[in-house]
Formats: sequence, C-alpha cells, structure tokens
Amino acid sequence: MPDSREWPLWEVFVRPRRGLSHTHVGSLHAPDAGMALRNARDLYTRRQEGVSIWVVPAAAVTASSPDEKDAFFDPAADKVYRHPTFYVVPEGAPHL
Amino acid sequence: MTSGTATTFDLLLALGDDALVMAQRLGGWCTRAPEMEEDVALANIALDQLGAARLLLGYAGEVEGAGRDEDALAFLRTDREYRNALLAELPDEDFAVLTAKLLFFCAFQRLRYARLAGGPDERLAAIAGKAVKESAYHVDHGAQWTVRLGDGTAGSHARMQAAVDEVWPYTHELFDDEPELRAAWLSTVEPVLAGATLSRPADGWAPRGGRDGRHTEALAYLLAEMQVLHRAHPGATW
Amino acid sequence: MYGNDLGEPEALAGLAALAGQPAPATDGPAHLLDEVAAAERALAEAGARPAVAPGGPGDDELLAYFDALVEADQKVEPRDWMPDAYRQTLIRQIAQHAHSEIIGMQPEGNWISRAPSLKRKAILLAKVQDEAGHGLYLYAAAETLGVSRDTLVDLLLSGRQKYSSIFNYPTLTWADIGAIGWLVDGAAIVNQVPLCRCSYGPYARAMIRICKEESFHQRQGYEILHTLAHGTGAQKAMAQDAVDRWWYPSLAMFGPPDAESTHSEKSMAWRIKRFSNDELRQRFVDMCVPQAEVLGLTIPDPDLRWDDERGGHAYSQPDYAELFAVIKGDGPCNRQRMAHRRAAHAEGAWVREAAVAYAAKQSAREAVDA
Repeated sequence: MPDSREWPLWEVFVRPRRGLSHTHVGSLHAPDAGMALRNARDLYTRRQEGVSIWVVPAAAVTASSPDEKDAFFDPAADKVYRHPTFYVVPEGAPHL
Repeated sequence: MTSGTATTFDLLLALGDDALVMAQRLGGWCTRAPEMEEDVALANIALDQLGAARLLLGYAGEVEGAGRDEDALAFLRTDREYRNALLAELPDEDFAVLTAKLLFFCAFQRLRYARLAGGPDERLAAIAGKAVKESAYHVDHGAQWTVRLGDGTAGSHARMQAAVDEVWPYTHELFDDEPELRAAWLSTVEPVLAGATLSRPADGWAPRGGRDGRHTEALAYLLAEMQVLHRAHPGATW
Repeated sequence: MYGNDLGEPEALAGLAALAGQPAPATDGPAHLLDEVAAAERALAEAGARPAVAPGGPGDDELLAYFDALVEADQKVEPRDWMPDAYRQTLIRQIAQHAHSEIIGMQPEGNWISRAPSLKRKAILLAKVQDEAGHGLYLYAAAETLGVSRDTLVDLLLSGRQKYSSIFNYPTLTWADIGAIGWLVDGAAIVNQVPLCRCSYGPYARAMIRICKEESFHQRQGYEILHTLAHGTGAQKAMAQDAVDRWWYPSLAMFGPPDAESTHSEKSMAWRIKRFSNDELRQRFVDMCVPQAEVLGLTIPDPDLRWDDERGGHAYSQPDYAELFAVIKGDGPCNRQRMAHRRAAHAEGAWVREAAVAYAAKQSAREAVDA
C-alpha cells in the first residue's frame, strides 16, 4: 500500500527534438507535477535545450499489452505494473 | 565601505567569488539532500555556479595581467581578499536556509547577469548570457521550495519563516553597488514569499563588508577546507 | 552491478583465502562503448523478430513461454508472467546495484570540497551527480517489478539489503579518487556492460543508459592518477599508496571465486548474470596490467605475470576472509556510510512531508476551483 507520506511515482516521456515523438525513458518520484517536470528535466535530459517532457502519474497510466503473456489472460486495459503477488520482505531474512 | 567606480577586475572578482562560494556551499549538500532527486538538482546548480565562477575568475586573472589563473585566484587568496557578498558564505546546513539563499541570491545574480549580458564587454556579455539562463533555473528551484516549505506543514512553515528572517538582513548588501536593481529583485521575491504564506521581513539591520574583504567568520573555515590540499603542494599540477 | 560480492548466505559461508584458479581465456578487450552499442542494437533486433508463440492457460505453459522468451534472447517486460524466484532475484540485484550507486557517492563526495583545482572539482561533482542519477534509474527499474521505492530505501537503511562492499573503504587522499575511478569504476564497467544484455527489459535499458553516461568516469580517474604519477615526488607517492590500498578490494568486488558461488547457475540460465565471477575478475586484471604500465605505477602483486597457458595474467587472489568480514558489516566505513545515509534520510523527513502536504493542499484547491 502506498504510504501517504511517500512521493508518488511518475512516468517520464521525452521528445529529444522536433519531428520525433515522445518516448518513455523511465520513472521518478516527486511530490507533485511541477516538481516531477523539473526533476525529469534534471534526471532524464540533463537540461538539454529544445527537449519536450511529459510526466504522468504512474497511477494514471492505463496499460494493455496483447503480445505480453499476462497471467490473468485479460486483454482489457490494466495498470502498468501488475503482479499476482505484492513483494513482501520476510522479517529477519538475511541477505534478502 | 564600497568604492566609487569598480574596475573590471574588481567586478569580475566579485561575480566570480559570489558564484564560487555558492558552489562550495551547494557542493556540501551532495549526499545530504532530503531526497535523492534533490541531490541531483542541487549538484546541477552547484555545477552551474562553479562553471560561471571558473569563467569569471579566469577572465579576471587575464584582466589583472599578473599571471594568476582561476586556480591561483581561488586557492591562494585569503578571506580578506575574497569579494563575495556575505549572503553567499552563510552556513546553510538547514534546508530552509539553503532555500532562502537560493531564492534571494540567485534572483540577484540573474538581474546582475541580465544587465551584463547587454553590456559593452563582449566576453563578459557572453559569460553573463549563459549564466542568466542558468540563474532562471536556480531562482525557480528556490521559489518552488520556498512555496512548498512555507505552505507545507505548520512545522515547515515555521522553519522557513525563521530562515527567511535570518537571511533577509544579508540581502541589503547585494544592492550597494546598483541600488536600482532592488526594485526588480523585490518584484521577484515578494510574490514568492506571499505565495508561500510567508511574511516579508522588515528592513533593518544590514550587515555588509564582503565586497571589501571583511567577511563573517564562516568564510575562513570554508576557504580553509577548500584550499588545504592545493596549498599543501605548492606549484603542483592536478 | 558494482559488485558481485553481495552474496548468497551459502556462498559466503566458510570462505577462506583461496589460491587463484586458472580461468578460461576471455575475449580480447573490446572497446566497451562498442559493446554497449552492440547490446542496444541486439535489444532492438530482438524486438523486431517474430514473437515467441504464447501457449495456453496454466502454469506450465506460462513457464514454458517465459523460458522460450529468455532462450530466444528476447526481453522479459514488466507485465510478463515470471517465476517468483526470477522476480525476487532481480529485485534484490537491481536494488543492491541502486544502493551501491547511492552509497558510492559518499567516498567520492568526501573530496568535492577539497578538490585541488576548480576543474577537478567540477569533474568530481559531475561524476557524483551521475551516480545519484544512476541510482534513481535503477530504483525505477526495480519498481517495475512491483516493489515501491520507499520499501527499497527502507531495506537499505535497515541493513536488510546490501550495497557493494568496496564503498566501505575510506578515501584518505585525493589519489584515492583517481584509484576509485581507475579500479572501482573499471571493475564496475566489466560487470555492467554484460548486464546491458540482461533478460529483463527495464534493467537492460537502464544499464545501457548508465554505461553510456559512465564512459567518462573511468577515464577521469585514470587521468588523475596519470597526472599524479608524473607530478611531484609527493604526488607520485600519494598515487602509489592509493593503488596499494585499492587494488585487492577492487578484485574482491567480483565476489567469491566461482567454486564458492553456488547460486550463480540460476542467474546464468535466466540471463541475469552473463559471465562468472572468475571470468570477470580475469578480464579486469588483464585490462589493468597494461594501464598500470602506462601510469608508471605498480600493481601491488609480486606474483602478477603473464601466463601463456591461460592466455591471461596469473595473479594473487584478494583476501576473501576480509571480503566476508566487510560484507558482514566490519569494514572500515560500514557504520559510517549507513549512519550518514540514515541521518540524511531522517533529517530530510520534514522537507519531504512538507512537499506532500503542499501537494495535498494544491489538489484540494484545484478540486474547489474546478
């Protein structure tokens, strides 16, 4: 469950120059859209000029990947990162 | 006491020292920022300031014509010979103080650079033209955090107000040479404070002396750390 | 990643200093950026090939599909079914790589304020900034596997996940910055370039991005050492002293010898790990020997010599008992590195919380205005 104190996850799309389209380059955490955009500029473009950036809350992305093997065989739209079980770290497990 | 007409050398030194001391303070935040994305952002600003410092001090050395390069100026002058404004050297281990410094100081730098970018000295105009674009990012960064800390939690508001109150007196020195810049500076800074629900301190105590080499006690410590290795190996190449 | 030394419990049990084992001959040293570019092309080409035929419902078919994907050098992507062990292994490996980047900022960051020239200060600041960025790319890749960044940060700060042991050594002189660039980054590159071909898409892509950005890091460290080695007597002694202290810990970065690495086979089969510890270590030694000659510095190994039979250099193994002790937490700087990280995180909490509070207020205001 996301911690209410956590900065949410944003997906970052960058268009390096005119004529190309935006491509997904990764993700980052930021408290809001304004900071997300600025962090993305620092992290994924190193402040190159002429670059266009989109930041989208990961929670807002709707995903479907027909050629990927989805464990639930559901071709309908779904969340970006979906796993049958949520990663839980067993308490006290060494070197986990 | 400020002099009448500053020489180009004095001007370049003041601008260069401003940027260098800011860079040194910002570099100290590396690995200590409140979040990893902020480590990247602050390092970016530090690199910008350091880049400007190198260009300005390098040019200063040439203008002086005594064979001093950027490193000789950076590493072999004492604090009594440094010409940065006091605001730059203030210790900023509190993120709120750092934020206030970024907002106030970089807004001043931006105005300074903007004026010089249109000035008669072509080389300085080129340096300033590049630096003014970077300054815009620095001011924006300071403003973003001022608003978030001022209008965040009750605790962050108190800390940010305290930081603004602490740093404000040191802003007066910035306009000793060009008082006409202050109005433009206030028009940038005041709306940010208002938007952050912070009160703009009253003008009162106005410490100064940095432009004449009379600094706070903090600068000697900053320079001692910065210069120790270089001074330990006179004449060496790195 | 920075080190293979982060170890399974079984691999670390009963380690003792071992004599060097002859390693299989490796490929000649290719230009590493060319290898990264080749990996990037391979990624694009794999995607262009006809998709592996999906099977029907049921776990066996899912596993068969997954195995076929990996076998065909196709990339596993976040929404693919994957064995839980594959996912757990990847989360741990990617996260520990990320932690290594973040903690690795500390020994190098130690010299930013005292760099002996403005140019060196700028280069070092840029390098440390890159490392922060690389850590963030890697946390992002790990998050695609269903674990949150906050959880990963907590795993690091609580000591339940590790970072590369090399960063538990102190940077005592400016020359250490050179040695880290040459040796530690050199070892990291040897480890990392093969990861550009890792089976998991987000990790492979992050590694390609990282390797491209890192091409200048090792060279900068090397240049620092070269300048020192050809400088004053005091500078040359500083450089040699740093190499003397960092050589064996760098060798240990590749982890225990293959004979002690019991869990590597699964990682190899899943194309997470592409070469064995010993293969990578040998590649690293062979890379460093000619570089040391150009530097005019001595590698502190009297038994280092070319071995025709193995087609590489015979060398003395690092002290694996020391590696084990450092991984366990008793290296010179473990406590300090962790305390530093915990302090930064704790002291920054009020700032992070303020940002969250502000964002909530903004959302509320926008809702009212809408």
